[in-house]
Amino acid sequence: MTKAMHSDKELFDAKPWHGKNRKYDIVKEGVIAVTVVSLLVLSFSLFFGSPDEKPLTFKGWAASNSDNFYATAVSELAGTSGTATYGAPYNKGGDGLNVGPLWLQKWVGVTHPIDTVNDFVVTPLTNSVQPAEVATALTQWKGAAEAQKSSWATKYDSAIAKVEGKLSAVPSGDYGPVPALAKGLTDMAKSGSLDAALLSQGGFFQTDATKQILYFGDGSYLDDAGTAANLQGGTWGMMNETGRYPGQAWLWLYSFWYQIPPFNNENSHPIGANADAYIMVLMGGLSLGLILMPLIPGIRTLPMRIPIHRAIWRNYYRSEGIKRRKD
Amino acid sequence: MSKMWTARLREGWQRNLPIEKLIPDAQPAYVASWIYVFGVLTLAAFSVIIASGLVLAFAGPAWYHTSSFGLFVNSLHFWSVQLFFVFMVIHLWGKFWMAAWRGRRMLTWVTGSVAFVASIATAFTGYLIQTNFDSQWIAFEAKDGFNSVGVGAVFTVTNLGQMLLLHVAFLPLILGVITLVHVLMVRKRGVVPPIDADESNTFENFSGALND
Amino acid sequence: MSGWFSHFMNHPATYLKWGWVQISVTNLVVILLMFAIFLAAVFIPFPTHNESHDEIKNKGEKK
Repeated sequence: MTKAMHSDKELFDAKPWHGKNRKYDIVKEGVIAVTVVSLLVLSFSLFFGSPDEKPLTFKGWAASNSDNFYATAVSELAGTSGTATYGAPYNKGGDGLNVGPLWLQKWVGVTHPIDTVNDFVVTPLTNSVQPAEVATALTQWKGAAEAQKSSWATKYDSAIAKVEGKLSAVPSGDYGPVPALAKGLTDMAKSGSLDAALLSQGGFFQTDATKQILYFGDGSYLDDAGTAANLQGGTWGMMNETGRYPGQAWLWLYSFWYQIPPFNNENSHPIGANADAYIMVLMGGLSLGLILMPLIPGIRTLPMRIPIHRAIWRNYYRSEGIKRRKD
Repeated sequence: MSKMWTARLREGWQRNLPIEKLIPDAQPAYVASWIYVFGVLTLAAFSVIIASGLVLAFAGPAWYHTSSFGLFVNSLHFWSVQLFFVFMVIHLWGKFWMAAWRGRRMLTWVTGSVAFVASIATAFTGYLIQTNFDSQWIAFEAKDGFNSVGVGAVFTVTNLGQMLLLHVAFLPLILGVITLVHVLMVRKRGVVPPIDADESNTFENFSGALND
Repeated sequence: MSGWFSHFMNHPATYLKWGWVQISVTNLVVILLMFAIFLAAVFIPFPTHNESHDEIKNKGEKK
């Protein structure tokens, strides 16, 4: 098509329609649509209900896998947990992810500070009545120098890691009050009082669940539950719902990237190791592409080249005798 | 033209979108395919989402865990969202294959696809405020994506209060406004003519029509 | 009200796997249904109530 013909066509397409019309009752169409959709929604709801799997709790975690909870508490004190080494926006424990030279995560800084030692362990323990040995351990911890605290916690954390979390196999050592603190927190979690203690942090109103959710993910309990429910990102979990309910099929493309190299290999640098950041940027670009699709050569002409429109408007083409234009 | 702002607004509106265009009783003859019903079906699903969402909002995010009526309303909300996306995606496919951006309809396409992206954001915040296992999991997983590009500093998926307010106030309002502009653009510009149609098969009886 | 079949719906889902592609049966059904509805919408004839196409002239016509 020549440029002149193209702009003629554009002008024609833009002109108000002066050809044949047919009756169209827009109000009736709207009422029918709302009625039909309401009935469909009503039927689906009556037949299938909706998913609502109960939230996991710290109580459940400590009861079902007490050793893992205990070891996680130690890693929060030692600063080796996922949260403690996360970096921005929670702390300076890591650099976070980057896209090439853009360290956006680090640059925005710490906006939601989390200090795993105090927020996750010391404050919840301090804010409730503790048995004598835990109270003594707390006093010892609070009175110690930073270097001493770090030494106790790191030694104990490494010792647990060395025996792969098998607590009974940990050799004795200079761990200071750390074992008593971890035991105290585990008992608190088992009793069911840690969930609320983490949320309120000694305050009254609280609407931000960041601390519990981050602590929760530091252990294996949430991760195992996600795997069991097929929700892991590496196996298209982003699209899935709990039970047999339909999930977020509209996230198929976002989910797709996590399945293929280099994004699915966290050891591949630079993209795999920063997959979250690269995929976020990629999807941002693709979304912009969708929005600006009419400007993209090659894609904007697809509808003319693949003639699905001949079927959509077949009655009109037939009645007007319009042949497909060969450009 | 009057210098009054009010009068200008009214005159501009009447010139661009007279009531006959806004609420038409006739459509071009080529508007005769089932594919054309998916726009209005999407709007219908959106209205069911808003209605069920208003009921859910009345009693707070944890109501449906304990009330059987609440769970039923939650089901209405869940299934209307599923249908909303199904209808919207089919509508999008249809408009793509009709190249519906032709004839100065670019803004109609842009508002429509922005509405699609905004819908995904709105649905996402909805999943986060379910206050169940699903929302625990999604919050923990999704935070990394937003944090990795710095967005997590202002959009904190683990902050239930923030997500709740965005989901029930800000995002539906934004989505509603984008949708309104989208629908008004459709009414203003009219439905795109068939690909390959031109003057020769529409203007045979209207020789003066192009001069208006 | 939890839905007549919600007991069935709350069972762990069945997943289909082809290499690195994995999808729940429900999601597959939803996606296939979308394609089917699209094709049906394009190919099933739209009722036009036998009205003659040139009965109504455009109201917005200037002349």
